Amino acid sequence: MTLLLSHLSRHFTDAAALDDVSLAIAPGEFLALLGSSGSGKTTLLRILAGLDYPQTGSVTWGGHDLLNMNARERKVGLVFQHYALFRHLTVTENIAFGLRVRPRHARPARAEISARVEKLLKRVQLEGYGKRFPAQLSGGQRQRVALARALAVEPELLLLDEPFGALDAQVRIALRRWLRNLHEELGLTTVFVTHDQEEALELADRVAVMNRGRIEQVGTPEAIYQQPATPFVCEFIGKVNKFELRREQDRLICGALELGADPWARRYDRAVAYIRPEHLALSASGWKAHLRHIYLAGSVAHLELALDASEQIIEVDVPSEDLLQMSLQPGAELYVEARTATVFPLLDAPGEAKPEDRRVLKPHQRA
Amino acid sequence: MQRRRVLPGFGLSLGYVVTYLGLIVLLPLAALAWKASGVGLHQLLQLLSSPRTLAALRLSFGGALVAAVFNAVIGLLVAWVMTRYRFPGRRLLDAFIDLPFALPTAVAGIALTAIYAPNGWLGQWLVPLGIQIAYTPLGVMMAMVFVGFPFVVRTLQPVLEAMDRDVEEAAASLGATRLQTFMRVILPMLMPALLTGFALALARAVGEYGSVIFIAGNIPMHSEIAPLLIVEKLEQVDYAGAAALGVVMLCFSFVLLIVIARLQRWSGRWAERSA
Repeated sequence: MTLLLSHLSRHFTDAAALDDVSLAIAPGEFLALLGSSGSGKTTLLRILAGLDYPQTGSVTWGGHDLLNMNARERKVGLVFQHYALFRHLTVTENIAFGLRVRPRHARPARAEISARVEKLLKRVQLEGYGKRFPAQLSGGQRQRVALARALAVEPELLLLDEPFGALDAQVRIALRRWLRNLHEELGLTTVFVTHDQEEALELADRVAVMNRGRIEQVGTPEAIYQQPATPFVCEFIGKVNKFELRREQDRLICGALELGADPWARRYDRAVAYIRPEHLALSASGWKAHLRHIYLAGSVAHLELALDASEQIIEVDVPSEDLLQMSLQPGAELYVEARTATVFPLLDAPGEAKPEDRRVLKPHQRA
Repeated sequence: MQRRRVLPGFGLSLGYVVTYLGLIVLLPLAALAWKASGVGLHQLLQLLSSPRTLAALRLSFGGALVAAVFNAVIGLLVAWVMTRYRFPGRRLLDAFIDLPFALPTAVAGIALTAIYAPNGWLGQWLVPLGIQIAYTPLGVMMAMVFVGFPFVVRTLQPVLEAMDRDVEEAAASLGATRLQTFMRVILPMLMPALLTGFALALARAVGEYGSVIFIAGNIPMHSEIAPLLIVEKLEQVDYAGAAALGVVMLCFSFVLLIVIARLQRWSGRWAERSA
């Protein structure tokens, strides 16, 4: 069953949390809603869960209107950032909650409930923890209990609100791979909200990048990273060097640097270019620069350079091994080549870009 | 091995606590028990089995229980409204809650009597309907409700403030109805604080004297409370009898408070970290 969101808008008194959002989520898909705080991602999730309602727009789930159902009737599994466990109930009672509150005719028998709880405890690797209270568990264990509780009612749609946000880095990574496996095993449709791009890119089939109540881009992690569709996505995902460009005749220029031929046949006078640090390389020719700092981060070294022509500070990623062979010192003179640049034309209105006229340039492509 | 703590001074502070409790609480109680021991066992039994004493004790404890239950229910409602909603006048209303603490109890009693007496503001309309409040056990309970009211509200408020809304949302998305969410999630989490408030309101109502005697009318066997009986014995210079009755009340209260404390511990067992 496809989950179809169309033209959702939600305005709070002071700001728009969602502004005409449309999205189709395929059955069995693992979708990440990625954005900074205030981007509307949590509002969108809460609307799916039935905890908030849009002013306009519709949500359908295999043809059924979800907005006509309240949270209780939707049968979605919901997991919160801060677990939201019932702290007066044991782990077992927490997991069984969704089954025990069912009306008598729909409620499984006692034995059936405890069998299901046992199975879920096993699934979330918490066998033997059933009699504990949430206060006696670690963060990662609590979140797994929350997940088991959500899965107990056998939802077809699983919603996760920053599920790993409150956990340590190591637990977070272990738990998210585990979650990915679980998703594949159970064949659920999963939507999860995160502000952590690494998490979104690693876990999701598709990522929806949100900004100020709108979806900037929806696509596979690869597409989001390699072909960012808007200036916002360029700047939000990964690291990027930004260049303000002018058109001179048929060339795009940044200060004294040339990025290439004008791809828009003189339709625009200004543009902006984004170049990822790994799309810049040290070479024998190209843009002249001076080395300012070296930040060694394991396998990759981040070099901070000042371009001679524009005095702009840029970042270049180089494999650490290559750097060792070069034995560079701060102040050294270098040449940098740009392999791939994503450019957007800028309109005269301040900062208005035209995402639909995005082009990819190869400033230093060798013949 | 001596463990080092950020704030030292366990021995000194415990010494203070014990001395203080001894002087303020235990010493007067010991004096009371000593005075009561002047009454012989036979005399004590006679005193206790007198219908008038029994009626007074029943009204004092029964009335206090009813008043505390009433306060628990209404106090929960008031605390809920005060913490969950923001409305104009909320702060003013919040300040009103403490007024029963600030008012001299005799003033409260006189005010209640003025309102509910057969010729009072409300009494003149209620009495013809057959609802008599002043000079009946109902009036006694009303005064007890009045003086105990702030306890439940004030003990619940901080707990409600600290309670996360997402627990309710989790319950709803798991399929719980509103009633189920309240009964199975919210109420159990509030129970320890609710019992504290209940115990305080109960203790206050059992010991209340000033406001009750005005509205009670103090009709023996009908609307006479045990503390009044004690005062009466004092006026008849029957110090030992007064002390004996006092000790009986003390024992009852102590047992009640212990039972509530056990209940409270049980209802809050989930908060203890150790397995």
